[in-house]
Amino acid sequence: MKGHRSAVIDFDVGLRNLDLIMGCERRVVYDFVNVINGEANLNQALIRDKRSDNLYVLPASQTRDKHALTQEGVGRVLEELSEDFEYVICDSPAGIEHGATMAMYFADDAIVVTNPEVSSVRDSDRMLGILASKSRRAENNEEPIKEYLLLSRYSPERVKEGEMLHVEDVKEILALQLLGVVPESKAVLTASNSGVPVILDKEGDAGKAYMDVVERYLGEDLPHRFIEIQKKKLFGRLFGR
Amino acid sequence: MSVNSFNKEDPGTAFELKADSFTLPFLRLLSTDADSVAKQLAEKFSQAPDFFRNTPVVIDMKVVADGENRVELAWLAGLLRSYGMIPVGIRGGNEAHNESAAALKLSVLSEGRARKTVTKKPPVDLSDATTKSTDSVLRETTVITRPVRSGQRVYAAGGDLVIVASVGSGAELIADGNIHVYGTLRGRALAGVGGNRECRIFCNNLQAELVSVAGTYRVSENLDATMGGKPVHIYLDNNSLKIDAI
Repeated sequence: MKGHRSAVIDFDVGLRNLDLIMGCERRVVYDFVNVINGEANLNQALIRDKRSDNLYVLPASQTRDKHALTQEGVGRVLEELSEDFEYVICDSPAGIEHGATMAMYFADDAIVVTNPEVSSVRDSDRMLGILASKSRRAENNEEPIKEYLLLSRYSPERVKEGEMLHVEDVKEILALQLLGVVPESKAVLTASNSGVPVILDKEGDAGKAYMDVVERYLGEDLPHRFIEIQKKKLFGRLFGR
Repeated sequence: MSVNSFNKEDPGTAFELKADSFTLPFLRLLSTDADSVAKQLAEKFSQAPDFFRNTPVVIDMKVVADGENRVELAWLAGLLRSYGMIPVGIRGGNEAHNESAAALKLSVLSEGRARKTVTKKPPVDLSDATTKSTDSVLRETTVITRPVRSGQRVYAAGGDLVIVASVGSGAELIADGNIHVYGTLRGRALAGVGGNRECRIFCNNLQAELVSVAGTYRVSENLDATMGGKPVHIYLDNNSLKIDAI
């Protein structure tokens, strides 16, 4: 949306769903594993997003498992993509298994998405440890991966009730630069069910929050929103929103 | 190209032969007197019995290599095994040592490249020396400036460990010397694992899962709740862990 040529790769081989969320599931012919195995070339497998000319999706394979990803293969595909694209986004599966290690191995930057709950935060901490020790940059003693934090499904009301970790606590535990806080929102579920990325919802909180995240990542300094409890406006109250 | 061994599930290859480096404790022999060695080992062992269980150990013969008295390697290896340690090799020995090591199926290792602590000590008769002699060996400090994450383990061999960041829960700090954490300590910290009872743990904000000095430990459940979240130092006082606010 900012005009940067970007490609998104779904690394969750076997549990393909990025195509659903991006609304391009009916156009999947070849997938990531086909490209790695040389059964298709990149241009055949990349799906151009209908809404944004600069966005391409490389879907995961649904019929294979994560071991179909080889380090050499992934490296080759990323190398090829980086010639053509400004940003290559690797959508890592959750957990610390093979798929996740493949997704992060070649990374320059990493955005750790976590929920404001203790188990999620601890898992993120573990993942950050792996990022710091098992990536290509770590193995070659290069400058470490830049790490950012994205807190999702945040609800200031529940934080106040003590049901959720406060954003400051999460920041303190993980000691990371906070890229953004995405509020808990019905729009996210609606958006993913209808195959329209939530960021296109320019009116909703979640959409705005994601837009902020993108702008902060690209270097803009914006204040964090959606951390405080929003007072319902009189107008909103009248209409029961 | 890869250093990692990712499972490729290729039925054709049954194994991969790779190299990796490990940090092993070694026992630097300073005396050839069997009795004093046995005595000191018994003392060390009683301080932290669990720590030596199934620990691979290398015997460093450098100091005693050119002494006249021969060291009975077979006896020493047997003694270590009786304490649950696993002698894996020797280093710095003379020809005779290397031969007997081969006979005992112990590997002969080259000098480590990690440290050059020049301890030009003559072979001391340990009968009158106390544990102090090993404690005065030059210490190296390991400094970590990035957060220590859950699941990471940092071992400072032979010296102090300084962390200028926070330590996540599920992370483990191990040091032969003192441990300093200039952030929040949420993980485990084990100081003086070599048995040095003088070691201490310092931290800016105590939320640790476990703290231990020379094998005496306390889990978070038994930590003084009033000390939680405060800057503290932890030390051994008559076999019990003391936690004082700084």
